[in-house]
Amino acid sequence: MPEHPELMLSTSHLTMKFGGLTAVSDFNLEIQKNEIVGLIGPNGAGKTTAFNMITGMLSPTEGKVLFKERDITGLKPHSITALGIARTFQNIRLFKEMSVLENVLVACNLSINTGILAATLHLPGYRARESEARRFSIELLEQVGLAHLANENGTSLPYGQQRRLEIARALATKPKILLLDEPAAGMNPQESFELMDFIRKIRDEFDLTIFLIEHHMQVVMGVCERMYVLDYGITIAQGDPASIQKNPKVIEAYLGVD
Amino acid sequence: MSKKSSIRGGPISKNMLYTIIFLGACILFIFLADRLFDAFSLRVFNLCAIYIVLALSLNLLNGFTGLFSLGHAGFMAVGAYVSALLTMPAPLKEMNYFLVPIVSWLHHVTIPFLPALIIAGLVSACVGFLIGAPVLRLRDDYLAIATLGFGEIIRVIITNAQSITNGAQGLKGLPRFSTTFAVWTAAGLVVLFMVLLMRSSYGRAMKAVRDDELAAEAMGINVFRVKVTSFTVSSFLAGIGGALLGHMITTIDPKMFTFTLTYNILLIVVLGGVGSISGSVISAIIVTVMMEALRFLDEPINLIFFKTPAMPGLRMVVFSILLMVMIIYRQKGLMGNKEFSWEMFQNVFVKKSKKGGSHARTP
Repeated sequence: MPEHPELMLSTSHLTMKFGGLTAVSDFNLEIQKNEIVGLIGPNGAGKTTAFNMITGMLSPTEGKVLFKERDITGLKPHSITALGIARTFQNIRLFKEMSVLENVLVACNLSINTGILAATLHLPGYRARESEARRFSIELLEQVGLAHLANENGTSLPYGQQRRLEIARALATKPKILLLDEPAAGMNPQESFELMDFIRKIRDEFDLTIFLIEHHMQVVMGVCERMYVLDYGITIAQGDPASIQKNPKVIEAYLGVD
Repeated sequence: MSKKSSIRGGPISKNMLYTIIFLGACILFIFLADRLFDAFSLRVFNLCAIYIVLALSLNLLNGFTGLFSLGHAGFMAVGAYVSALLTMPAPLKEMNYFLVPIVSWLHHVTIPFLPALIIAGLVSACVGFLIGAPVLRLRDDYLAIATLGFGEIIRVIITNAQSITNGAQGLKGLPRFSTTFAVWTAAGLVVLFMVLLMRSSYGRAMKAVRDDELAAEAMGINVFRVKVTSFTVSSFLAGIGGALLGHMITTIDPKMFTFTLTYNILLIVVLGGVGSISGSVISAIIVTVMMEALRFLDEPINLIFFKTPAMPGLRMVVFSILLMVMIIYRQKGLMGNKEFSWEMFQNVFVKKSKKGGSHARTP
């Protein structure tokens, strides 16, 4: 934890209703700089909906999302990414027809940002940025251990590597906050432990704040410093992993009660 | 793949050499064709170039950005009319506009072909932008229907704007500017433009939008802007193609730019491979040549024992069947979404000579 906590991401009274169904209600979140915070809850608890509202994929029925005290509610997803909030997806969404390297390069477009003519004619200004983007992408791929697969098709990789590629892609947007939607889904315990180390490593190396959804209890307990528990869209608990594990409401939500 | 990348230096310079030789041969062929072909063959040959431009412009939308647009004929019409009106000399305009005189501000405008061609593209791009901005909020089939509608609207407007476009009478006697040199230069430049565009960050963004809109948006790509850009650029190219077509046929009227024209171009794109520049080029040449070569099917056929009556449109039936066969057996078209490379060329021949050798490894 840093000495001067700086509020990175917060939400107030965030609510999402789909018709008569309230997917998330009155969600209040506070994440300080460099924290790793978890969001857990049974299936259908509204975790991904909360993510979608933060990243602008859904606009909330009520409430606000604040990034560094700035109201970002209702901004388009690409503007939110440009501000510094990147995400991965629960069901991996890599670009199908692209190589591993291209997948990461696409996410560098924010930093290339030249006019279409300059880009098409490969003018010197564009070229400099493009080669910088390539260098950065390869560096990222080295970080996630995929550099040797740079020319393979992204979707032909094994599952665990696809997850890593998604994270590399999100990092290429140079985020300040990284939102990971079930990064350990479908991984075996060994891979999950590696992932935990990996998450800590990228937090330190890229000076990130991480907010993640997870089902694997071991991963959440191992890596998160604090967590929020959702059930039927309602925040039923929050706090450090130890207290969450003992919380009767959480046990009830996860295991049911007689 | 690994085998190839380990000996990088050799094959690449060899491929460059092949490419230079191939391009040289193409240019030589174009010069020879211009000299030696008879009028009809030369016309077909030049039509190939125009269809290359048009197919690439549609492929930019359908293949590279994943926007299924069916309004292409409309943009071609805009290009053809703008270029025609800008280049026709005043006496020729007077001859054409015998029912309703042409508006005075257009009467005496006569500019050279090259600026007229560029203006035609730009006007078409503007129309594309104006239509694209609202229509591109739609997706998939809805987008196809809306663009189809707008394509028809453009045509109807042209039919009714009598004092500007001469309405249904069309324009006759356009200057014959689409020389072999002009059309093939245009085709070459458009191919080069597409290759460079697809290699740039914009090309990557377009492909990303095609593959997964949501993920593209999450990676900071302004999906809507990419779509509008692609639509506008595509309209620009369609305008250029339409103008070249007009100056080749030398007669244009609104009936030329119906959905059938869009269909023909779509046929080229699908047969060649959605998302392949080289596929579109090859397919444009094959389809254009076949369209003329199969013209005998439309005429009465003498089979010695009996004569079949003339059946106009029979060759289109052949193309429709070809398209169906293609969609059933080779959905990705001739080239899929790959580009032509000398390795691919070699692989095809190596495979054939080895006969079923397990050489087909895709990287």
